[in-house]
Amino acid sequence: MLTSGVILLNGGLLSPNPGLIFWTTVSFVIVMLILRKLAWGPIISALEEREKGIQSSIDRAHSAKDEAEEILRKNRELLAKADAESDKIIREGKEYGEKLRAGIAEKAQAEATKMISMAKEEIEQEKRRALDVLRNEVAELAVMGAEKIIKTSLDADMQKKIVDSMIQDLSTKRN
Amino acid sequence: MKQERTSKVKGLLKVLALVVPFLLNVNAFASPAETPGAGHDSVAAVSGNAEVAAAPEAHAAEAAHGEEKAGDVIMHHILDSNVYSFEPFGEIVLPKIVIGGFDISITKHVVTLWVVSAIVLIVFTIIGGKYKKMSPKTAPKGFVNAMETLVEFIRLDVAKANIGPGYEKYLPYLLTVFMFVLLCNVLGLVPYGATATGNINVTLTLATFTFFITQVAALKAHGIKGYLAHLTGGTHPALWIIMIPIEFIGLFTKPVALTIRLFANMTAGHIVILSLIFISFILNSYIVAVAMSVPFSIFIYLLEIFVAFLQAYIFTMLSALFIGLASAHEEHGDHEPGAAHH
Repeated sequence: MLTSGVILLNGGLLSPNPGLIFWTTVSFVIVMLILRKLAWGPIISALEEREKGIQSSIDRAHSAKDEAEEILRKNRELLAKADAESDKIIREGKEYGEKLRAGIAEKAQAEATKMISMAKEEIEQEKRRALDVLRNEVAELAVMGAEKIIKTSLDADMQKKIVDSMIQDLSTKRN
Repeated sequence: MKQERTSKVKGLLKVLALVVPFLLNVNAFASPAETPGAGHDSVAAVSGNAEVAAAPEAHAAEAAHGEEKAGDVIMHHILDSNVYSFEPFGEIVLPKIVIGGFDISITKHVVTLWVVSAIVLIVFTIIGGKYKKMSPKTAPKGFVNAMETLVEFIRLDVAKANIGPGYEKYLPYLLTVFMFVLLCNVLGLVPYGATATGNINVTLTLATFTFFITQVAALKAHGIKGYLAHLTGGTHPALWIIMIPIEFIGLFTKPVALTIRLFANMTAGHIVILSLIFISFILNSYIVAVAMSVPFSIFIYLLEIFVAFLQAYIFTMLSALFIGLASAHEEHGDHEPGAAHH
């Protein structure tokens, strides 16, 4: 240890050297000035710019996310509203249709009964008319028949009386 | 029970660890004492041995001669000189310049400094040019990216963390000093390279820059009045006669600590590596070379690579810390940082 200490002191390890100090100063200052202009300036400004860019992208992403969430929320609300609306419309439509159906059915029923009654009435009238026509026809036929018979056997008046009374009988029985 | 036994064993080991080196030392001191013409100083013994080489104790003399030679070689390697030697190929004698009585001749370490300056300038000018062309949306690649990591590290973890707001002003100095010291340290580990930062003049100059920047920062932050008030330590005027010299010395301890830390770290590593190698020459043994010198010096070399980065970082970190402390708008508190003792 003693040896190394003596070597350290004798060997000029700590001896000052103004020339080296001068050259170190000159070299270092020149390097620092050149690098400040050519290297550190551009590098640091680029780094700062990138930092700002990243920060702004993060901010933008956050705001975009918030916006998207807002839109999603609105969409959900709209969807729910639309659902309710459509339900209501369907319900109303059903009700209306039901009412309409009931109304039409009732009207048809009434119409049908009316038509049936009218038809019945007409049938009755037609029947009566036909009966009248038939009665006259029958009467005439009978008269003609009786004429022929009377011409051949009895007089007309007698015959007619008999026939009339017969017809009378028929009509009363019928009615 | 078990704990007692282990503590006993540990105690024994401690005693052994204390005793063994002592025994070895006694042995080492005994051997030069045997040689004739030995003084109290072992160096005196060495020189005495060299003269009485013809004496019957030829073996001891040879060993002593080897040691002397080893010391010379180591110091030649560490120290500055006017000759840049490329060992088996010859050497370049550097020009001697004297202007106005000042010796400003180009020495080995000046050449090393210039090589470092050239490399730093070329590399970072190219990188700076790339950044000029770069838009903020393109990512850096490869080597540029690696350098960006270093720059970003100095910018954020060293400058911003220690100086705080307004750190941008000191960034060019801190970045330059980091790259400069780092490359100086690394260049010392390259064959034919010399460690400029292993020269106390270089580290003193760099530390002086830090000192001036620190003082300017303190003056700017507090004004002349605040700066002078700081020198009194904020104590009662009766104590000023003690406080002012203490604070005044305190101003200079920081750069001196910076100077010696870097210088001693870089020098010590080289001395250790060379000493380990020379052990095999001194003992004239291949076994020692294979078993000890080579593996241990490789280990120390790897450690030195780490130390090169570490010391560059510490120098920059402490510079930033001193600037930060000087410009901090705080009351006089823990101004002598414990962090300075690396």
